Amino acid sequence: MNSPVEAISFYVFAAVTLGSAVGIVLSKNIVRAATCLLGTLGGVACLYFVLHANLLAAIQLIVYAGGTLILIVFGVMLTSKSPWAQFSPTRGQVAAAVVVAAMLAFSMCSLMLSADWSRPSGSLLESPKVAEVGKMLLTDYLVPFEVASVILLVVMIGAAYLARPEK
Amino acid sequence: MAQITLPWTPKDPEKLRAYRAKAVKLLFGLALLQLLTAGALYTVFSIGVPARIEDWKVIVVVLGVLGPAAGFGACFLGGLAVILYRQIGAFLRLPWVAFVLFCGGVVGACLLVWAHALLFDFTKHMLEKPIGTTEVATDLLGSGLVAPLTVREIYSEIRSVIPQPLAAYLLWPLQFDLVRDLVALAGIIGFVSIVPVFGIWWERKVAGRIQSRLGPMRVGGWHGWLQSPADGLKLIFKEDFIPPEGDRILFRLAPYLTFVPAICAFIALPFAGAYVFRDLDVALLFILAMLGIEVVGVILAGWASNNKWSVYGAMREACQMVSYEIPMGMSLLIPVMTVGTLRLTAIADAQGDGFHSWLLFRNPFCFVAFFCYYVAALASCKRAPFDLPESESELVAGFHTEYSGFRWSLFFFGEYAAMFIVSGLAVILFLGGWKSPFPESWALQTGGPWYQDFVARVLNGMLLKEGPILFILKAAFLYYVQLWVRWTLPRIRIDQVLYGCVQVLLPLTMLVLLGNTFWILATKHLELGWVDTLDTIFHAALVILGYILVIGMIAIAAYGYMNRRRLVGTLAVDHLPGA
Repeated sequence: MNSPVEAISFYVFAAVTLGSAVGIVLSKNIVRAATCLLGTLGGVACLYFVLHANLLAAIQLIVYAGGTLILIVFGVMLTSKSPWAQFSPTRGQVAAAVVVAAMLAFSMCSLMLSADWSRPSGSLLESPKVAEVGKMLLTDYLVPFEVASVILLVVMIGAAYLARPEK
Repeated sequence: MAQITLPWTPKDPEKLRAYRAKAVKLLFGLALLQLLTAGALYTVFSIGVPARIEDWKVIVVVLGVLGPAAGFGACFLGGLAVILYRQIGAFLRLPWVAFVLFCGGVVGACLLVWAHALLFDFTKHMLEKPIGTTEVATDLLGSGLVAPLTVREIYSEIRSVIPQPLAAYLLWPLQFDLVRDLVALAGIIGFVSIVPVFGIWWERKVAGRIQSRLGPMRVGGWHGWLQSPADGLKLIFKEDFIPPEGDRILFRLAPYLTFVPAICAFIALPFAGAYVFRDLDVALLFILAMLGIEVVGVILAGWASNNKWSVYGAMREACQMVSYEIPMGMSLLIPVMTVGTLRLTAIADAQGDGFHSWLLFRNPFCFVAFFCYYVAALASCKRAPFDLPESESELVAGFHTEYSGFRWSLFFFGEYAAMFIVSGLAVILFLGGWKSPFPESWALQTGGPWYQDFVARVLNGMLLKEGPILFILKAAFLYYVQLWVRWTLPRIRIDQVLYGCVQVLLPLTMLVLLGNTFWILATKHLELGWVDTLDTIFHAALVILGYILVIGMIAIAAYGYMNRRRLVGTLAVDHLPGA
């Protein structure tokens, strides 16, 4: 944090992110939960902007806020029986969720406690060049990149199979 | 002469007199307060301006002193304007006076933009070095004046030139980024507010001409040019209705979710090389992201209204946007690939040498990509023929059926701002941005005596070299094309919309993307003589095609003007200026 403005904006956006994350968990209405998700995704994108990771922030906004979120809301609208669809989890679901959340919290806490929090030596002021990111994706990280595309292709074929009319 | 009555003006004449006396007292009190503030400011600064002022002190000065002072000043000027309007309002409403006022306003706005540029240019040169360093700057103005770096230096420099020390204080705040950002933000918000107001009036006039009508003619005198502000006032005073069975919170939130991203997109949209709030390296992606988020507001509006027409509109919007975003993004990739950057200022700089260097004419793939982009952009702004989300013949008003008043108008602010943004993107990526259509060698030399310098700068900025005015003119032309298309083409059905995207536009843009990749590979990375020859031939052919298009458009417009009585009838024509 180089200036008070950066520090203040960090705390503001962190508060937005966490607050809307709490909203997602607490709201019983699916569309409201999705709207809170917009706050979380947008807050994380703003945190990326504060950290000068412009490419990451823009991609976050396009892919998650502009794409995935709309598909979620769209799916809710198309599939829910009534416009005011509510979550009403059973006890078993709550128990399973508690177990999963506890495991996740435990692993994240242990990871954070063992992490090296010293500052990186490089300056954070310069955003990494987009061209360099692209070059790395197509040279050093080509295999993970292609594997991800193949997975997406499989998902797409599966969706098309599910959606096609019965013959 | 019509008296203007404000909504809070009392009807009873006795009370009215007391009210007027109170208003006058209030205005004079405010003026006195402002004078006192100015005096206090002056005294404080006369005692001594510290050479280095921390950012927080600027915040205190701006928020604590200048803000209230500006507010008082605005109140005072507003009161003066009301009094003045009462006296000469009838005169102002004469058609020729209104016309002169309108033209004067436009020219004045252009000059203001230009003066603002000069001022910032000047201060930027003066204060480029960090404040407080003692490095001697270079000789800037060719007059032996050494650029002052600290506030004290500026103060003494300016006092040596101009006797009044006031100028130094006026210049002093410009050296802080915060103040510059505040000015730029105010400019952006002002621009975003003016574009829909002017755009809606323009749209109604164009629609009228296309349908052989007059369009708005009454408010403001000359061609109803005050119609939109009057409508805005009406909307603010309308009943604010929220459907009782809807989702109150989301219903209130939705208009802001459409309007705020549209303003945010202007943060990264450059109007000219220096006229950009933040010159992001991922500006294009950022703007696309903001245009994508706008849809969330529309969907939520439809859903929260709890009205079947609204939900239909929202669903149509969702599937239209999600499908048309893909061809839009892919066709935008083509100029990005050709230039090799996502920075919009760099893309515009790459096409600086006149009409021939515009990316539209660079190769056949760019040419096709422009039209693909424009169609997809029309769909993503939900403009006709793709205005399914609000198609008034089927869905009442689509997603905004339940909205009224100010919230309703926010949707339109968002839509018209988005129209300008997609036009601006097309201009920057394909039509040379803020560069002039003439070759670079045509630009006049600046320098020389001040009057020659002034004329050269004005001509360069408006026509011959580059500038925000050129950008706005080009973007306004594409905006105008959107109006044409809206009022000439019939609305298409939702299945046709989706067919057009998935089966026509998407394969076409993919083909163009692939073709452009190979073209760039062949022309830039392989040393093949015949490919270069082919490239030159295609470039020349496309430029000739461009000339034919421009000349053809002018010829058709001239033909229409010659035969205007036969084409639109005498009723509409006789009110045209110069008819």
